[in-house]
Amino acid sequence: MLLIEDLQVKLGEREVLRHIDLQINAGETHILFGPNGSGKTSLLMTIMGYPQYRVTAGKITFKGVDITNAPINERAKLGIGMSYQRPPTVHGLKTKQMVQICSSGRAVDIEGMAARMNFTDFLERDINAGFSGGEIKRSELLQLMAQKPDLLLFDEPESGVDLENISLIGTTISKLLQRDFQMEPGKTQVQRKRERTKMGLIITHTGFILDYVTADKGQVLFNGVLSCSNNPTDIFNCIKVMGYEECVKCAI
Amino acid sequence: MRNLNERAQEAKDKKAAIGPDVDLDTFTAEPVRHDYVHDLKKLPEKDRLRMIQAGIDAAESGRSGTYIQMDTAVVHSHAKQEGLEVIPIKEALKKYEWAREYYWKLVSVDADKYTAAAELHLHDGYVIRALPGTKAVWPVQACLYLDKDNISQYVHNMIIAEEGSELHVITGCATSPNLKRGLHVGISEFFVKKNAKLSFTMIHHWAEEVMVRPRSVGIVEEGGLFLNNYICMKPVKSLQMYPTTHLVGKGAVARFYSILVGSPGSEMDVGGRILLKAEDTRAEIIARAITNGGKIINRGDLVGEVAGVKAHLECKGLILNGGIIHAIPELQGKVDGVEMSHEAAVGKIAQEEIMYLMSRGLSEEEATSTIVRGFLSVDIPGLPPQLKAEIDRAVDLSSKDVM
Repeated sequence: MLLIEDLQVKLGEREVLRHIDLQINAGETHILFGPNGSGKTSLLMTIMGYPQYRVTAGKITFKGVDITNAPINERAKLGIGMSYQRPPTVHGLKTKQMVQICSSGRAVDIEGMAARMNFTDFLERDINAGFSGGEIKRSELLQLMAQKPDLLLFDEPESGVDLENISLIGTTISKLLQRDFQMEPGKTQVQRKRERTKMGLIITHTGFILDYVTADKGQVLFNGVLSCSNNPTDIFNCIKVMGYEECVKCAI
Repeated sequence: MRNLNERAQEAKDKKAAIGPDVDLDTFTAEPVRHDYVHDLKKLPEKDRLRMIQAGIDAAESGRSGTYIQMDTAVVHSHAKQEGLEVIPIKEALKKYEWAREYYWKLVSVDADKYTAAAELHLHDGYVIRALPGTKAVWPVQACLYLDKDNISQYVHNMIIAEEGSELHVITGCATSPNLKRGLHVGISEFFVKKNAKLSFTMIHHWAEEVMVRPRSVGIVEEGGLFLNNYICMKPVKSLQMYPTTHLVGKGAVARFYSILVGSPGSEMDVGGRILLKAEDTRAEIIARAITNGGKIINRGDLVGEVAGVKAHLECKGLILNGGIIHAIPELQGKVDGVEMSHEAAVGKIAQEEIMYLMSRGLSEEEATSTIVRGFLSVDIPGLPPQLKAEIDRAVDLSSKDVM
């Protein structure tokens, strides 16, 4: 379980998150909505542990461990993983090596996973060097497949992805979050659902991802405040028709 | 033309255009005796270990031939493959008329006091030659070793890839563990004939009080390819060189790659110059420099003299822990229609990259060394796998020291 209590965060001198309370139980996936600059990415980066996002008050607990001040790699080791929107290029580090790093010593079938992500040709290229928006997303998912985190943070996983790949991205995320439906001997789908452990927090602008990934809750972040928590499709439809400002009034 | 000795005499006090001046008289150039070793495995273990770090394998596995010189004496010289010759230069000059044709043909004997001293004190050096059409299966290895403390070693090397041949040379320069101070002056002349391919990989493994002044010039004829790789990641007191290559035949190609690591107290002034003098010639100079307290001057100069040539220079520096990196990339286009570019960057490791890797589970230290390793790894097209592996090994060994 991820538990965020009364979190306040500053980036430089600017307050980017205010009084955030959020609980994601094991097996739950939440969708995070909000206009540009509302603090969505800040929230994800804070959970991941980027030190420039300074926690000035409040607490983040993951799997019962207080991680408010834990370094990034300790959070990764505890099972938090992130799919970035614009990750940096690391020159001379091949994508294949990066996937290897993600697996942290576990045996993983990199070639097989890359084939599934339609990414085989990129394995020998420097990570993120000249990747298009869609290629970055596929590379990020490939890394998460190897990393196998329990809490997955997705920063706009569908942005820049062409129509051909959107369903690949969508179904992969769904699988990573144990939200796909498939036959498993001796198990009903209800049982599979009950046994879900993976947690997800997905930022979306377009809502396309909702066509592929079921979610338990939607959250709206507005001006650094989590303003609304509701059925994700309801929220999305409300935003589409009324806009963010009107939509968050339900909570204020 | 006046004889070489006279010209050398006149230039023996001539300071070099760049680099700190070395007082040659503070070193001893007296010949040192080392016995010839037929079986390389009989070399003392301490020396063999030092040589391995510079890419020289006494077991000769995956090598086409070997030349080893300790101080002033040749201790081993032979080629394993037919069509390849590995001969000490003094012997070559005595025995073969053709050797004289190449000697001091590209480097001027009176360029500076170092070239002059190399003529006046010549302590041998190697001649490696691939006969026309010969394709070397494995690289030839050559080692110039400093053993006696305070020695000055003056060597002259010539590498000749005859028409249509393919030759790979790995040269390791190293010092014995007990040597503190020394001077190495190495003249190298490279002749890449029509449609020949030569790769020359030099790994330097000096000591903290060693001064190094290589002087090398190459020439590449029509359709020839010259790959010149240089790795120096260990401490050295002062290193200054500016290897130059002339592309004189249609379609000739030269690529220079260098990896430098400057430790505290080290001063490196390393350049690379390629003159594109014939149509369709191409040149590339790629340099990576890291300093953790040393001073590195990284020069590059591309000269386009004919329309249609293509050349690129890339010079990247990383300051890890103090020190200076001075990048001086130069381009000279002398006619219309040349296509030349350069990019130079000096900086530090981006925090964003460290954190990205940390979010995949690496510690800060592991992330940093992964980025450094990546920075130093350059893809060198056309290099045989054994040489690629040697370079990777040298980089791996040293990038650990860097951290």
